[in-house]
Amino acid sequence: MSSDLDVFVGNTTLIDEEVYRLWLDGHSVAEAVARRLRGGVLEREGTSVAVLQSDTRDHYRTFQMLERLLHAPPRLLQQLLFQIPPERQALLVQRYYAFDEALARELLGKKLSKGTKKELDEFDNFKRVFKAVEELRGPLAENIQQLFLLPPPLARDYAAIVFFANSRFETGKRRLQFLSFGDFAACAQSMMGHWSQGALAPEAAEPDGDLPKSFLQDLKELKVLVSDKDLLDQHKSLVCSALRGKISVYNELEANFKALSRALVNVGGKLTHARDVRDFFVDLVEKVIEPCRSDKWSLGDLRLFLTHYTAAPRNLPGFRHQALWERYMAAITACLLRMYHD
Amino acid sequence: MPGKLKVKIVAGRHLPVMDRASDLTDAFVEVKFGNTTFKTDVYPKSLNPQWNSEWFKFEVDDEELQDEPLQITVLDHDTYSANDAIGKVYIDIDPLLYSEAATVISGWFPIYDTIHGIRGEINVVVKVDLFNDLNRFRQSSCGVKFFCTTSIPKCYRAVVIHGFVEELVVNEDPEYQWIDRIRTPRASNEARQRLISLMSGELQRKIGLKVLEMRGNAVVGYLQCFDLEGESGLVVRAIGTACTLDKLSNTSAFLPACNSPSKEMKEIPFNEDPNPNTYSSGPSTPLKNQTYSFSPSKSYSRQSSSSDTDLSLTPKTGMGSGSAGKEGGPFKTLLRQQTQSALEQREFPFFTLTTFPPGFLVHVGGVVSARSVKLLDRIHNPDEPETRDAWWAEIRQEIKSHAKALGCHAVVGYSESTSICEEVCILSASGTAAVLNPRFLQDGTMEGCLEQRIEEASPPGCGFCHIPYDELNMPFPAHLTYCYNCRKQKVPDVLFTTIDLPVEAVVVGKGCLIQARLCRLKKKAQAEANATSISNLLPFMEYEVHTQLMNKLKLRGMNALFGLRIQITVGENMLMGLASATGVYLAALPTPGGIQIAGKTPNDGTYEQHISHMQKKINDTIAKNKELYEINPPELPEEIIGSPIPEPRQRSRLLRSQSESSDEVTELDLSHGKKDAFVLEIDDTDAMEDVHSLLTDVPPPSGFYSCNTEIMPGINNWTPEIQMFTAVRVSRLSNINPTNQTLNKNFNDLCENLLKSLYFKLRSMVPCCLCHVNFTVALPEDELVQIAVTAVAITYDKNQALQANKAPTEKSQQRASTDNEEQLQFPLELSSDPLSSQPFSPAKEALEGASSHTGIPAAQRDRCNSWIELIKLKAQTIRRGSIKTTTSLEKASPLAEGYLRHRSVPSGTNSTVSVVKMTPLSFLPGAKITKYLGIINMFFIRETTSLREEGGVSGFLHAFIAEVFAMVRAHVAALGGNAVVSYIMKQCVFMENPNKNQAQCLINVSGDAVIFVRESELEVLPVQPPAAAPQPTGSAGDVTT
Repeated sequence: MSSDLDVFVGNTTLIDEEVYRLWLDGHSVAEAVARRLRGGVLEREGTSVAVLQSDTRDHYRTFQMLERLLHAPPRLLQQLLFQIPPERQALLVQRYYAFDEALARELLGKKLSKGTKKELDEFDNFKRVFKAVEELRGPLAENIQQLFLLPPPLARDYAAIVFFANSRFETGKRRLQFLSFGDFAACAQSMMGHWSQGALAPEAAEPDGDLPKSFLQDLKELKVLVSDKDLLDQHKSLVCSALRGKISVYNELEANFKALSRALVNVGGKLTHARDVRDFFVDLVEKVIEPCRSDKWSLGDLRLFLTHYTAAPRNLPGFRHQALWERYMAAITACLLRMYHD
Repeated sequence: MPGKLKVKIVAGRHLPVMDRASDLTDAFVEVKFGNTTFKTDVYPKSLNPQWNSEWFKFEVDDEELQDEPLQITVLDHDTYSANDAIGKVYIDIDPLLYSEAATVISGWFPIYDTIHGIRGEINVVVKVDLFNDLNRFRQSSCGVKFFCTTSIPKCYRAVVIHGFVEELVVNEDPEYQWIDRIRTPRASNEARQRLISLMSGELQRKIGLKVLEMRGNAVVGYLQCFDLEGESGLVVRAIGTACTLDKLSNTSAFLPACNSPSKEMKEIPFNEDPNPNTYSSGPSTPLKNQTYSFSPSKSYSRQSSSSDTDLSLTPKTGMGSGSAGKEGGPFKTLLRQQTQSALEQREFPFFTLTTFPPGFLVHVGGVVSARSVKLLDRIHNPDEPETRDAWWAEIRQEIKSHAKALGCHAVVGYSESTSICEEVCILSASGTAAVLNPRFLQDGTMEGCLEQRIEEASPPGCGFCHIPYDELNMPFPAHLTYCYNCRKQKVPDVLFTTIDLPVEAVVVGKGCLIQARLCRLKKKAQAEANATSISNLLPFMEYEVHTQLMNKLKLRGMNALFGLRIQITVGENMLMGLASATGVYLAALPTPGGIQIAGKTPNDGTYEQHISHMQKKINDTIAKNKELYEINPPELPEEIIGSPIPEPRQRSRLLRSQSESSDEVTELDLSHGKKDAFVLEIDDTDAMEDVHSLLTDVPPPSGFYSCNTEIMPGINNWTPEIQMFTAVRVSRLSNINPTNQTLNKNFNDLCENLLKSLYFKLRSMVPCCLCHVNFTVALPEDELVQIAVTAVAITYDKNQALQANKAPTEKSQQRASTDNEEQLQFPLELSSDPLSSQPFSPAKEALEGASSHTGIPAAQRDRCNSWIELIKLKAQTIRRGSIKTTTSLEKASPLAEGYLRHRSVPSGTNSTVSVVKMTPLSFLPGAKITKYLGIINMFFIRETTSLREEGGVSGFLHAFIAEVFAMVRAHVAALGGNAVVSYIMKQCVFMENPNKNQAQCLINVSGDAVIFVRESELEVLPVQPPAAAPQPTGSAGDVTT
């Protein structure tokens, strides 16, 4: 006797967290049943494999019906088909949009709008979120949070993914492999936080995912700090005199100051060209992090240096871009400090 | 022009994309009532249109208001071709027609399409202005309230319980009309949905008229059903109990006595007898004011004459109990006369209620049932549905005479059902024969003086168990003892009923769900031959079902069944029987004896060994069950109880003879001394199978209890968490050469596995109880069995349960000891007579009766009355199952103390969609129902031509059931309610054609929409304002026209 049809429908939709996870992980019903069996549910509940199969199928069907709604979480809240308590709804959404950081790390900076034919739900989620907020104004993370009802940390991670996809930063180079998804997400957050229009004016005209053109254009003005020899020398002496005795790598700093400064300023100057934007993180690593690391700078040394390096131009005669400079350096500092590890 | 219906279409959301090019929709709405249609403007290019329409006004008479549903159709405008329908919403405006229910219907409704399911939502506001209509001869019955609940609704008091109302309407089924060969499936489904909606409106109106005629103002226990008779048409029928209800002015703070006269109480005058003493003065109680004329328009004017001749011909069924003229005393006789005269006014003294006001139920006789097999035939004139009426009238007449045979004047817990296969239809009716207190049955209130006397006459905890029939003239063989509770009156050894356990009943331990399951193969046949073979099988099935129930009851150490429902389903090549009931140990009834197995060939050593092995297993199971269900009756020395009362042999009208198996029984009896046992005689493999199947029922896992009644006997401390669910299974019986045994096993496994599955699904709610477990069986095709279950899981506090449970036991123990002295008055001359104590030993006379029956197959084909009759038939061929009972003094072990677990209850939510609870029960644990908003009665059809794409049959039905729930919830929320009580899925007809990738399903559900308030919230606000409906969003501020 075989059951052709077998359904269970509760007035309150039953959600089994374990089965949901198995479903999200892409297991078939048979695999899910096998895993549940291994979990010892039979012994615990004194039930049969047939019951477990029937139960798993019911949950899978429910999830399949819910999936359409999970693609637009606010609809999950408004829909009438499934009566699900709010805390369960939140759990469903949160788990559905949770992703594997290793995978996200791999995809960072790749185009999300098309291509990349990986059959992965997570990738579909990235694409969906990307598509939904692409054209929206205002703070990216907040938009995502509103449209997908994600908890703030998860929304910020998605914002980072969208930001990287928009700017197409190179993250796959070998010398960048030591950086985790978390490092990049933190950098993206700092960059959006300090550089985007939304950061300055909430009614900004451009989406947060793109860095404002005018700002990037303005960054060219900062080149004077390295192109004008006097300014460069004065900048160096201000920083060096402030750091003398306070930093363990003083000699190295003195020797490398000009190279470091050039690297730090030029990274910004190149951001107007899409091609050069890609190299942002490569440049930071190659020209700042690696030299410092080989000179055995400590994180404290770097922090102290960057603080004084950012503050000093205030006292440079004829330098009129201190506000712009500080806005620029705030994000750069945050990125470098986050990235400065092995 | 007594009414104005006003409708406003506010907005839509989440509409489907109808224009692929733009990914958008140009939606507009048609609003139709009767023959009038209004349209909104087209809201272009949006999936979330904001129509914000004017108020569409329909001026209609109230007859139309009651019959017609409001139809709202959402369409996509298309300039070049026909507009595409997106979906529809049907709104039953009946709840707006009575003053106490809802005042506005406002909210988001799912837009439903029979092919695509739910496609977005629409926000609608509906109101009705009713003008006062003074026309006394009106055709409408606006103002009569309907309740599905089978008890007096929580915020009302019953002034008078008038009695049975019934009606049926017939029509041709659109699905079977020629036009459907050319119509689209969608149009055909919609025609059907609309017709059924119309027919139920009409039916309800007609029932309402009958209620007004009886001077009632409400129908309680309203049950409406559809018979899809295929080519012969569509029958919508309903039964209910007419009442005059009085709204309690404040449900929480005041005594029921201080009623504020409510509006409709003025409208409907009932005769208030100012002199309560008239009653006690004797049989002259005036009933003059009552004119209980049922359906004067109907053809059957047969006023039931209480024909005692019936008795001798059809000694009717029941697991009886009763009072006797001998010891009843003058008051009882008086009471009896009163009730009799009050009830004889009625054609059918039936009550669809299953729970009663205290004192209403005096005695319970036992279950009465009747079935009849009919051949369907095209309904020629829908306006004169006489044939169907006559069929039911016949069956009801039979039920009535069965009740009379049990010494009862009334039938309570009454219900009717059908099973149809091709052109054969089995009509079934069943109920519980009872003696009622007349005080609720007639106008005027006479509580004070009577109440006390009734209590004298029959103690509340056990009175209903006392036999109502004459001990000297028993309608069937039964084994009587003095009541274990009061020791004054006689009780039977087992009691079967279709009602809920009376609240005042004293029980020991907990109850449990007991099911009897049975399949019988039948040859495929046509018309008459088919009907004949079915009628021939029915008696055997009923007998077997009954034997199974009895065995399973004993196996659990219990002595009474409540909520018994026996369903016989007919298919092409088999019949299926499924009986469900809640077993319980009534303290008033004797302790059931064990089950004794007897072998036929006692000299065979291995056989003997096998028998003793089985016996041990059975004994172990009984012991285990007693522990599990905490059946620990107070210990009474046998001398006090006395031996069973000898049954008067020759005096009874039904002669009892030595049964054929009496030799063995005597032998057994000798070997077991005075202790009785229920003897299962194993004389063939069949019986062996039966014993095996007895033992296959697995008790629910720890932490779970289940019952099919409203409340679980022995548990009374519910916590508010509930989960209502529907589960459906269709299984293929794949045997190539099926036998009754293999089918039985398959069916049994199917039911057991389904239950197991439910326990597993709901494991997170432990400790909990599955209440109102309602199984329905259908045989949609040759080898397919469909089982649908609806029930509610309710959590309870295990800690409190244990404490509360001890109270009744202690009480009865106390009573037992104080009653010792009295008990001695009953002399021990009532010695036991082992032979007469076989409730089901075939009687000689019965045999004769049976053989005379066999001469007239026509009579058999047409009716299969009751257990008694079928026992007669059975007696010819069946030898096993002869039974004997005495007291067993086995004691269960003390209460098993379980570990304690506290569950936190999820707090209120602030989701965008308001939560609507659904439950098959009439109440919500931990909450007070403050208002009844009206009846919900919905019928849906869903069809697909892309079954595989929708996830196969399971995917299709899963979605459909979820959609039905969603639509019920939306309607309740729009009425301002937050729960549906007494929810029932009356029909779930599923058909598939996998080869064509098609499936169709029909679902019919009903219930009462209510507003409830948590008791914890009530405590904060001691004076509850008259239940204000939470205004649904969208209607606020938009009240003027």
